Amino acid sequence: MDAHIQVNGVNKVFASDERQVVALQDIDLSIPRGQFTCLLGPSGCGKSTLLNAVAGFSPPTSGSILVDGQPVAAPGPDRGMVFQEYALFPWMTVEQNVGFGLDIKKTPKAEIRRTVDELLRMLSLTDFRQRYPKDLSGGMRQRVAIARVLALDSPIMLMDEPFGALDALTRRNLQDELLRIWAELKKTILFVTHSIEEAIYLADRIVVMTYRPGTVKRDILVDLPRMRDPAAPEFNLLKRELGQLVMEEQQRHHSDELRMAAVD
Amino acid sequence: MKKQRNWREIGVGMVVPVLAIGIWQAVASMGWVNPQVLPSPLAVWERWVAYLLPLVPYEGYTEGGWWHWAFSGELIVDTLTSLYRVVVGFLIGGGLALPLGLAMGASNTVYAWMNPLVQILRPIPPIAYIPLAILWFGLGNPPAVFLIALGAFFPVLMNTIAGVRHVDGIYLRAARNLGAGGVTMFLRVILPAAVPYILSGVRIGIGTAFIVVIVSEMIAVNNGLGYRILEAREYFWSDKIIAGMITIGLLGLAIDIAMNRLNNYLLRWHRGLEH
Repeated sequence: MDAHIQVNGVNKVFASDERQVVALQDIDLSIPRGQFTCLLGPSGCGKSTLLNAVAGFSPPTSGSILVDGQPVAAPGPDRGMVFQEYALFPWMTVEQNVGFGLDIKKTPKAEIRRTVDELLRMLSLTDFRQRYPKDLSGGMRQRVAIARVLALDSPIMLMDEPFGALDALTRRNLQDELLRIWAELKKTILFVTHSIEEAIYLADRIVVMTYRPGTVKRDILVDLPRMRDPAAPEFNLLKRELGQLVMEEQQRHHSDELRMAAVD
Repeated sequence: MKKQRNWREIGVGMVVPVLAIGIWQAVASMGWVNPQVLPSPLAVWERWVAYLLPLVPYEGYTEGGWWHWAFSGELIVDTLTSLYRVVVGFLIGGGLALPLGLAMGASNTVYAWMNPLVQILRPIPPIAYIPLAILWFGLGNPPAVFLIALGAFFPVLMNTIAGVRHVDGIYLRAARNLGAGGVTMFLRVILPAAVPYILSGVRIGIGTAFIVVIVSEMIAVNNGLGYRILEAREYFWSDKIIAGMITIGLLGLAIDIAMNRLNNYLLRWHRGLEH
């Protein structure tokens, strides 16, 4: 299988005057084209750090990341990123936000218009095209952010807890939407979450990470048929197993916090 | 509903001013104060109208048509002259401050070079430049415009620097991810993100310009609202002084309302501005 994203021996160390934090240690991952992969773990396990390294925002201290065999040097529109904070440009309307990436590439206006129209339709945003982000709900904003990344037609989508700030119903709604888009457009998705249920609901593959140093604790394939039913016994069996793994790391996180509080 | 509430608000807002004017008028009519020290509101009103109307009757007016005559009153000419100075001074001061502020905000090198000088010059009030302004530019509009430009310069500069430096990193990351760099990043992300700060600088700058115009008209020129109230003092026309002051207040209010409109339009995307 050809790896779309190849992570080789990646380490990432954040050093300040007082202490060093090893955020990532010896991460090896090979993600095939079209796979939906979730990085799962408690906060502080380095999952966002890994995502940011793949995005090119913050290069690893050592090791390499290859996309299509080419080393990642900088952020680029071939790896569209969806942020938890939406990161829409508040001074642009919905349609300007969605068309921005194409505009940068000097795409002809008519073509931008066509792509934007299509994406707005796909994400049920047509009625909101002239609105500013401040007038939209969180779920709507995240739809715009997804459309903005899709406009670039990037083969890879990087998603950093994109639905973390949404209420449960909106969240499920957007998860279904994302699955539909993923199936239709055959993207390779790397998705960071701390929600076990979200990971099982969405992913082909779940990579559980450890709390400091961030390593791969478990790498499992989820072979439940789609659309998955969170009430099904197999779903819950997996949920219990993963819950165990994540909880161990969560506890290490917790005792670490207690220790640091004691030091301070 | 909304209209009704507006009228109500206006009605409530009028109570205190009307009361104040009433007391003022009472004090004046009772003869408790010398009218040269505090003229009655009625006298001020009459003086204001006289100040507003053309100096000579239309029949004797030779300098232009009817339209020209209607606007030949001292008050109108003074107001327009003061406004002209504010606008020109502000455009020069703000126009220089904006690019410098953008450069200082965006580049640490430019900031390191320019900041010490800016920090030394900034605390000097524009008024302190009056002697130099007269030495350099003589009398008339140039020193006035110079002082006004100076007054507008620093608020716009400081706010522009702050605006560019405070752009939320998440916008920069999102834009880089979408492929933006260099000029696009600056013009379409950093600049619009800084606009709220820049506009508040503009607002402070206009306010300062308005203060400075009145002061500079008291020293360097022989027209404008500032000049007129100083001139009125020499003749003990206290009613005209107050009429002039009220005009200054109204002009300031008009400028502020216009700025507010501009603000609301340019920041229509901005959170927290919904009314």
